[in-house]
Amino acid sequence: MEYESVIGLEVHVQLNTKSKIFCNCSTQFGRTPNTNVCPVCMGLPGVLPVLNKEVLNKAVMAGLALNCTIADFSKFDRKQYFYPDLPKNYQVSQYDLPICIKGYVDIKTNSQSKRIGITRVHMEEDAGKLIHSEKPGSDFSLVDYNRTGVPLIEIVSEPDLSLPEEAVVYLNLLRNRLRYVAVSECNMEEGSLRCDANISIRPKGQKELGTKTEVKNMNSFKAVEKALKYEIKRQISAVEKKERIVQETRLWDSEKEVTISMRSKEEAHDYRYFPEPDLVPMVIDRQVIEGIKKNMPELPDLKAERYVKEFGLTHDDAEIITFEKEMALFYEECVKIHRNYKSVANWLRSEVMQYLNRNNKAITDMKDLKPANLAKLIKLVDDGIITGKIGKELVIEIIEKDIDPAVLIEKKGLKQVSDEGAIEKIVDEVIKENPDAVEKFKSGKTGILGFLVGQVMKKSQGKANPAIVNKLFEQKMK
Amino acid sequence: MEWNQYKAWELIGFLAKKEVSSREITESVLKRIEERKQINAYISVLKESALQAAAQTDEQYRTGQIDKKHLIAGIPIAVKDNICYKNNRTTCGSRILEQFIPPYNAFVINRILEHRGIIIGKTNMDEFAMGSSTETSFFGPTLNPADTGCIPGGSSGGSAAAVADSQAILGLGSDTGGSIRQPASLCGCVGMKPTYGLVSRFGLVAFASSLDQIGGFTRDVKDMSLLLNVIAGHDKKDSTSVDRPVPDYFSGIGQLNIKGIKIGIPREYFIEGMDKEIKERIEKVIKLLEKEGAIIEETSLPHTEYAVADYYIIAPAEASSNLARYDGVKYGYRSKSEESANNLIQMYFNTRKDGFGPEVKRRILLGTYSLSSGYYDAYYLKALKVRTLIKQDFEKAFKKFDVLLTPTSPTPAFRIGEKIKDPLQMYLSDIFTISTNMAGIPGISLPAGNNSKGLPVGVQLMAGPFEEKKLLQISYALEQIIKDKV
Ligand SMILES: [Zn+2]
Repeated sequence: MEYESVIGLEVHVQLNTKSKIFCNCSTQFGRTPNTNVCPVCMGLPGVLPVLNKEVLNKAVMAGLALNCTIADFSKFDRKQYFYPDLPKNYQVSQYDLPICIKGYVDIKTNSQSKRIGITRVHMEEDAGKLIHSEKPGSDFSLVDYNRTGVPLIEIVSEPDLSLPEEAVVYLNLLRNRLRYVAVSECNMEEGSLRCDANISIRPKGQKELGTKTEVKNMNSFKAVEKALKYEIKRQISAVEKKERIVQETRLWDSEKEVTISMRSKEEAHDYRYFPEPDLVPMVIDRQVIEGIKKNMPELPDLKAERYVKEFGLTHDDAEIITFEKEMALFYEECVKIHRNYKSVANWLRSEVMQYLNRNNKAITDMKDLKPANLAKLIKLVDDGIITGKIGKELVIEIIEKDIDPAVLIEKKGLKQVSDEGAIEKIVDEVIKENPDAVEKFKSGKTGILGFLVGQVMKKSQGKANPAIVNKLFEQKMK
Repeated sequence: MEWNQYKAWELIGFLAKKEVSSREITESVLKRIEERKQINAYISVLKESALQAAAQTDEQYRTGQIDKKHLIAGIPIAVKDNICYKNNRTTCGSRILEQFIPPYNAFVINRILEHRGIIIGKTNMDEFAMGSSTETSFFGPTLNPADTGCIPGGSSGGSAAAVADSQAILGLGSDTGGSIRQPASLCGCVGMKPTYGLVSRFGLVAFASSLDQIGGFTRDVKDMSLLLNVIAGHDKKDSTSVDRPVPDYFSGIGQLNIKGIKIGIPREYFIEGMDKEIKERIEKVIKLLEKEGAIIEETSLPHTEYAVADYYIIAPAEASSNLARYDGVKYGYRSKSEESANNLIQMYFNTRKDGFGPEVKRRILLGTYSLSSGYYDAYYLKALKVRTLIKQDFEKAFKKFDVLLTPTSPTPAFRIGEKIKDPLQMYLSDIFTISTNMAGIPGISLPAGNNSKGLPVGVQLMAGPFEEKKLLQISYALEQIIKDKV
């Protein structure tokens, strides 16, 4: 039988506010354990939370970036469970009235577009981190409360994803859009983006959903893809063996590359949600939302549209350049210096992006790649100062080093030669040395011209202006 | 008369005229505390720091650094032990916080210190403010100064006894369902719960967050106005604190004429089987008010009968959550048994089993149950709806009346041990005080003389939200009538 898989993702994203959600503590990552703490985030007796307005703003921005409806009225609730990384033994979260609902994003796989629904986006506080001793026989665990109270949003998708590859495309898109509106770094390795997945399978064509499992502990996009593939395979083989799928939480083991069942006791939680009495419900002013909308950075689809209209790029170019915020910003810096929009787009797509792909790098990794240098290089080619061939040879140096291409060309003596007299000398030489080829040309085999031009380029170390070379040959071999 | 028997507003006059020093007042209060140790009003007496603060205040008086904005400079004040005072242990009357020392001050503590008040000690209370007799305290019961065989009421029994017994000039307490007004009534002093949101809860160890409110104990209404001036006001650290201008409650006290003031008497507060002497006393007070020209009218708060049941859904639900943090992981008591050392869950179990007393456990269980999935709608959600109805009863009543008048407690002080084994009887102690917490409105209990056994009786006045100024003015007028005639 053929099966299809149904996937829904729950993504936790740390908002990049300076201070925590309910106190003034810093959110800085990587500090000495238990130094970014205060009585409020430690849940000491008698302290009270006060909502950081920046968190609400960023949650709204995230919602807008995901095409959500922003609630008029929203509140916080307490989600209750005992765990040492949770100082109050409840997490302040949102239950039935989240800040954002009913959004969507359109993902593209194999140039087919698919709409993925966003059920909700809600705000909550992060928990601390347990550090278990590695030493065998050690009788303690440590808790670091630095992360406690760092603001999170949880983005819950509809079960609209069907393939692991789609899930990764969705995650990338989510990440890009949230980075666009600058609400989070979305760095999975640092934990500022975490993803849990709900997966089920069903015979192809069947309407109702199968029993789902929840997979946790995936710490890269690659891991998400692998874990989902594994889990789907596991479920299919279980069903084929006539085993029942148990609704449970499973952990991805990235070393063994398998999912492992968590004991069901640990997930038999009744969270006893109830409205957080220490925080007043939020009545969200439409005007405030309009204000946020106005001041929000441009989202990728709108940016792409603008590139088509303003810069005359093709839809394809515009979409690819705007996919990642940093690439788009880089492009915009380049075209400020060299206004040949199309040419800059081509160079980015062909030379720069290919370089990044080859070396598995992001544009942000290339600290010495300066838009001014690249723009100048492209301009040198477009102005005929250097040949395209030389430009392409130089671009790698421009990507890797902060160096002015004009200086580079001067140093290497690579300036294009457009002096007709100088070129004519070389052309004459080549004609003299290749009488057979000249004969062939004259007899109508004009295809041989390429060979002759190539000889000139060789002799001029690629500096001869090809247009002039062509013109001279045609005059001389008439 | 000893210095400790004066009211704060009297002492402030003496201090300004240098007729007494803060040190002398503080010493006389400390002496009284020492003499009356058996009352057990205090969990911690802060003798050294109080004397030091008094000496400092005297110096400030001498050098002219004290002026009119220091409202209670040099006046000893007793603080309930669920209000955090930096670097001093704050126990909540519980074993689990027996050694807890907060690194911060409650908002009200900062206010007292700004006004140069002298914090004389931390007073006894029912464990986590759960109780009406101060008997559930881990530190033993407080005795009623009027009759040491009786309880002082609760949960703020320590502060009530201290102020009534001249072991403090002023007192702070917290009132979640009557925890200030009921002990004030049973001990014979003035006790007031302000409107929810008027006084910041920052630093008050939470029992039921949506009901808790800090208020004061004094020996007369003038002192209460003074104390409210000290503690009322917006606090950015408490999201439920209301940002609105606070009037001067002290000025204008005594200028109101009771004539023409409309006073409602809710019939639901005169129940079958209530104490006969209390009923008679309250009726006498009503007659006197009528004679002075107040307009007295019977009225109805129809949802009153549901208030106690409603309270015992909402308060324990919030408590079960607020008290979850006491788990032995970060601070406070931790079970050191071998079993606890080897297993996290066992550590939780044993810590909470040993750390909490039976009444606290009972309420945690009640609250955990009513918030459980499958019961939430039937209990908690429904309780919230009933709460709205109770609130609406008052809204309607205050369209017509300036204040409502009721007895504060259905009984005078009862014997120690009399009700501690019967939680339902104990819960009924707050039957007349709980509704104001549910509605968030202010309530005050004033002494209305003693019964034939010499036990104090209290009369309660309630007003609309943020009507404290009017409430205090009417209270003052009533206080004068009672003083002369009852
Ligand atoms: Zn903090």
